[in-house]
Amino acid sequence: MATAAEDGMVLLDFWVSPFGQRCRIALAEKGVDYEYKEENLSDKSPLLLKMNPIHKKIPVLIHHGKPICESLIIVQYIDEIWSNNPLLPSDPYERAKARFWADFVDKKVYECGTRLWKLKGEAREEDRKDMIKILKLLEGELGDKKYSGGETFGFVDVALVPFTTWFHTYEICGNFSIEKECPKLVAWAKRCMERESVSKSLHDSHKVHEFVGYLKRLFGLE
Amino acid sequence: MATAAEKEGVVLLDFWVSPFGQRCRIALAEKGVEYEYKEENLSDKSPLLLKMNPIHKKIPVLIHHGKPICESLVIVQYIDEVWSNNPLLPSDPYERAKARFWADFVDKKVSECGTRLWKLKGEAHEEARKDMIEILKLLEGELGDKKYFGGEIFGFVDVALAPFTAWFYTYETCGKFSIEKECPKLTAWAKRCKERETVSKSVHHPHKVYEYVGKLKKKYGVE
Repeated sequence: MATAAEDGMVLLDFWVSPFGQRCRIALAEKGVDYEYKEENLSDKSPLLLKMNPIHKKIPVLIHHGKPICESLIIVQYIDEIWSNNPLLPSDPYERAKARFWADFVDKKVYECGTRLWKLKGEAREEDRKDMIKILKLLEGELGDKKYSGGETFGFVDVALVPFTTWFHTYEICGNFSIEKECPKLVAWAKRCMERESVSKSLHDSHKVHEFVGYLKRLFGLE
Repeated sequence: MATAAEKEGVVLLDFWVSPFGQRCRIALAEKGVEYEYKEENLSDKSPLLLKMNPIHKKIPVLIHHGKPICESLVIVQYIDEVWSNNPLLPSDPYERAKARFWADFVDKKVSECGTRLWKLKGEAHEEARKDMIEILKLLEGELGDKKYFGGEIFGFVDVALAPFTAWFYTYETCGKFSIEKECPKLTAWAKRCKERETVSKSVHHPHKVYEYVGKLKKKYGVE
């Protein structure tokens, strides 16, 4: 007998995960109803372990009982199944550019951000410099556009916007001002938050900072 | 001043032994696309490479009508979308998601573990050996009894992984294990890939790869 998890759309996720939030935003942009299942990452559910046996990580999208893993792959899948409000451009070169920059966010932002908060004591000068460089490169790509996708909220916007709620944490840990270093990026973040798909999917920066504080205590880093 | 190769047609900035570059060579060959191959000296990168990939400064870079595309799997998808013959990605969205997942798995796991295998010693080396066997068994599990990862069709995951088969001999020798013994189906798949001209012409002989790694080991003082 099929459970709710085996029919329709289910998202296995963790509330503060920027990777999970990408999927929530994409589903909201498409107006798709789904069942949200919060995972306890210190006690992963049998469903998660069955649906993502390789990496055992969230997010996992389950559609008609079949799992899709890795957040950018999930977002592309959502974009291909529901063709309204396309997130990827139609031109192959523009699509390649979008994939490149989403991959850049994947390779750089999370890893550098983790270095900023996870090291004991004060963040190192090199980690602060790295984060500023990464954000400036992203701001360079944005330029004077409304969104990374141009007039349309697109793939790179979805990939990056969840990390904007971590800006406050990066700033405090790294002792710098992102608004001062990257004013256009901050303005873009504000524009994104005006979209309901984004504001309903992301948590407040202070909640994120509280969560990082909890992690720091957990890892004995305070 | 832009040359004809930079402004028109297809140029591939690459490095002979790079499995990432070889993915692009295989994809272009599968589509029958003519291109200009430019070998980069990675210790003295060309102004063209630095201009075309200022972010990562890495090969491969595909330049099409003067515009750069970077990151090998992004390049392969671009090639697949521009030239629609012999499709590498399946048409079904779920199958496409699966193919992207496994190509991403190759990206995240194989090269990094392979490097640990030739670069590290002692316990770390033992861990790398165990990890590599596990990685290859997972890939073999996904392959199953299929002719290729793409089923009957040589596809995206085959392109992503085939170049690493030239590194199997190096992994075996450094790790002191037999990939054929641990993963017979994967080994059979590797032989089938080598029978494709697109692969045999793009990928170097395993002994050449081993020689190259030998040079790297000396360079990093690993011997």
